[in-house]
Amino acid sequence: MNTMNMLDKTLDTNTTKITARDVNVYYGDTHAIKDVNVEIAANTVTAFIGPSGCGKSTFLRCINRMNDTIDVCRVTGDILLDGEDIYDKRVDPVQLRAKVGMVFQKPNPFPKSIYDNVAYGPRIHGLSKNKSEMDEIVEKSLRRAAIWEEVKDRLDAPGTGLSGGQQQRLCIARAIATEPEVLLMDEPCSALDPIATAQVEELIDELRANYSVVIVTHSMQQAARVSQKTAFFHLGNLVEFGATGQIFTNPEDPRTESYITGRIG
Amino acid sequence: MTDFSPTPDQPAAAQSSLLTLSKRTIQRNAAEKRFKAYGIAAIAVGLVMLLVLVTTIVGRGTGAFQQTFITVNVELLESKLDKNGERNIEDIKRVTTFGYAPLIKGAMQQTISDLGIETNLKSKHMAGLLSKNAVAQLRAFVLENPEKIGETIEFRFLAQSRVDGYLKGRVSRDSIENDKNISAEQLDLTDALIAAGVIEKTFNLDFILGSDASDQRPEAAGMGVSMMGSLFMMLVVLALSLPIGVAASIYLEEFAPKNWITDVIEVNIANLAAVPSIVYGILGLAVFINYMHLPMSAPLVGGLVLTLMTLPTIIISTRAALKAVPPSIRDAALGVGASKMQSVFHHVLPLAAPGILTGTIIGLAQALGETAPLLLIGMVGFIASNAPETIGEGLLSPNSAMPAQIYEWAKRADPAFYERAWGGIIILLIFLVTMNTVAVILRRRFERRW
Ligand SMILES: Nc1ncnc2c1ncn2[C@@H]1O[C@H](COP(=O)(O)OP(=O)(O)OP(=O)(O)O)[C@@H](O)[C@H]1O
Ligand SMILES: [Mg+2]
Repeated sequence: MNTMNMLDKTLDTNTTKITARDVNVYYGDTHAIKDVNVEIAANTVTAFIGPSGCGKSTFLRCINRMNDTIDVCRVTGDILLDGEDIYDKRVDPVQLRAKVGMVFQKPNPFPKSIYDNVAYGPRIHGLSKNKSEMDEIVEKSLRRAAIWEEVKDRLDAPGTGLSGGQQQRLCIARAIATEPEVLLMDEPCSALDPIATAQVEELIDELRANYSVVIVTHSMQQAARVSQKTAFFHLGNLVEFGATGQIFTNPEDPRTESYITGRIG
Repeated sequence: MTDFSPTPDQPAAAQSSLLTLSKRTIQRNAAEKRFKAYGIAAIAVGLVMLLVLVTTIVGRGTGAFQQTFITVNVELLESKLDKNGERNIEDIKRVTTFGYAPLIKGAMQQTISDLGIETNLKSKHMAGLLSKNAVAQLRAFVLENPEKIGETIEFRFLAQSRVDGYLKGRVSRDSIENDKNISAEQLDLTDALIAAGVIEKTFNLDFILGSDASDQRPEAAGMGVSMMGSLFMMLVVLALSLPIGVAASIYLEEFAPKNWITDVIEVNIANLAAVPSIVYGILGLAVFINYMHLPMSAPLVGGLVLTLMTLPTIIISTRAALKAVPPSIRDAALGVGASKMQSVFHHVLPLAAPGILTGTIIGLAQALGETAPLLLIGMVGFIASNAPETIGEGLLSPNSAMPAQIYEWAKRADPAFYERAWGGIIILLIFLVTMNTVAVILRRRFERRW
């Protein structure tokens, strides 16, 4: 692990994009997220790490209100995006999700063509005036998601016919095609080989220039490589949150230390 | 089964060979073989039953598609049909079928004597070989072609049902002993006319396209008009139950909050699907006819009743089709900022469409074969009218329906009607099998695997 040079990485002291205050999430009687307070900065990659089932995906889904679709799910507390409470009654989650894009844990391309998969978001948001503009958006998104070379000859083929890793990158392309301000990525590299992983990580780094990226990952190395901030979740609690270098070299909490050294998880 | 028991009779013996089967494997394989045998036996029983069913239906019903015809030349005597000789259509219309009877008698007598056939029968009984429909056919021809009066025209008349039955083997010399509709001499004459080629049995399109006929003329009865009745009912059912059913299902499945009210609705829909169809019939009688005063026997009412009956089926199958669409697709759509409605109409509904269509077709097929509720709203009247000319007329004028027509025929005393009932069943089954095949093809063609 090249954690040593992580320390040297300068942290941009930029503005806060997302603020979570006393967030609790319940699935029926299960208390999945407990009193989480966190501030996610703009133009930063924030990594969520933690053992399986600790609530990383759950918390991520709160940020674009995807949990609204789960009947038993109840969210309390406030989450602010640019200072506005996204759980305010006046907020339409549809408008929110156009700003906060998401790549899901399981690749879920539409059973449509590769082209249509990417073009769907821009189309419903009216981001292109004509076909050639749309072609451009599709190509750019696929290129950035490091899948263009593999699919450029079969844009009409169904997205569901791709391999698992290709589907994952297609979903990334689909998410960035709508130009969201915040991109939530739930284990975007779980099915990717090292080359594609490196490409996606490059993309994430590049996206940081314009967006906030939140990434859930089970790979410590990946968290160390791509993120500036890391949050460690354990059993629904946010145990520790801080600069990535700090978390990986000098964690405050013993649980964090045990986890990153592989003793719990 | 009992494959999994924790008895440690098979320790992971290091020296066990893969080439010899262990006792457990042998048992398991035997169980599997037995199960396969049961399965094959079950399918064989099913196939045998199907075979019996099909052969019975085909054996009894195909006769209805053939009919015996008698070809005779009829001289359209001006003295009988148009006494004034002015070819005034009003005058010609004044001659009733009664006035045409002598022409037919004469024609029969002429034909028989021309052929040199010896018989003691009076001309009235000679003409008795013909259907009672013959005079009507003749009159209709003359009214349509008054200029032909005076000429001699060749006509192909239906033979009466006993003669038809004689050719089809349904009527024999023994069976007619007490039959006042036909005598042994008439059968002798029939034999002679068959030999002369005047009487022959051919395919009868009128059975498929024609209308029902009165009790005395089974040979003239056809399914055509009741098919129209069924068609109009199906139009009503499709036009109402598909949009209502799909809208209700989408709302319940995708939008409605899950609470006790939707639970109650869900249970009720399931119950409605199990309600016997006769209940819908009596409901239709009470509401549509007695309360709303819609016309009795109208396909519109039949369609409304069948809609009530089909709706639960369509709702249940549509909801199943919607449920089968994986939630990840909805998440994906919502995740790129689609609204609920967009996610449903752009992604979920197209994926569910084959399932919805299949359910609809099967619902329609059920409705097409349904009889009981139609009996209650009187869709069994004897309707001799021809096919309706406009859709409105088709919906509102009295009509029958295929299964009701079959029921009606099966009920009548004359065995000739019985044969037509079987023939009607063949037609009905052809429709049903076609619809179900389309449903299966749709399902196969558009089935998606994730
Ligand atoms: N739809 C749901 N209904 C009920 N409980 C759920 C649901 N989704 C998640 N949970 C529960 O919430 C807790 C947190 O789940 P979550 O998916 O957020 O974990 P995670 O940290 O993303 O795990 P992983 O790393 O395996 O993806 C788990 O105990 C899980 O059982
Ligand atoms: Mg997860």
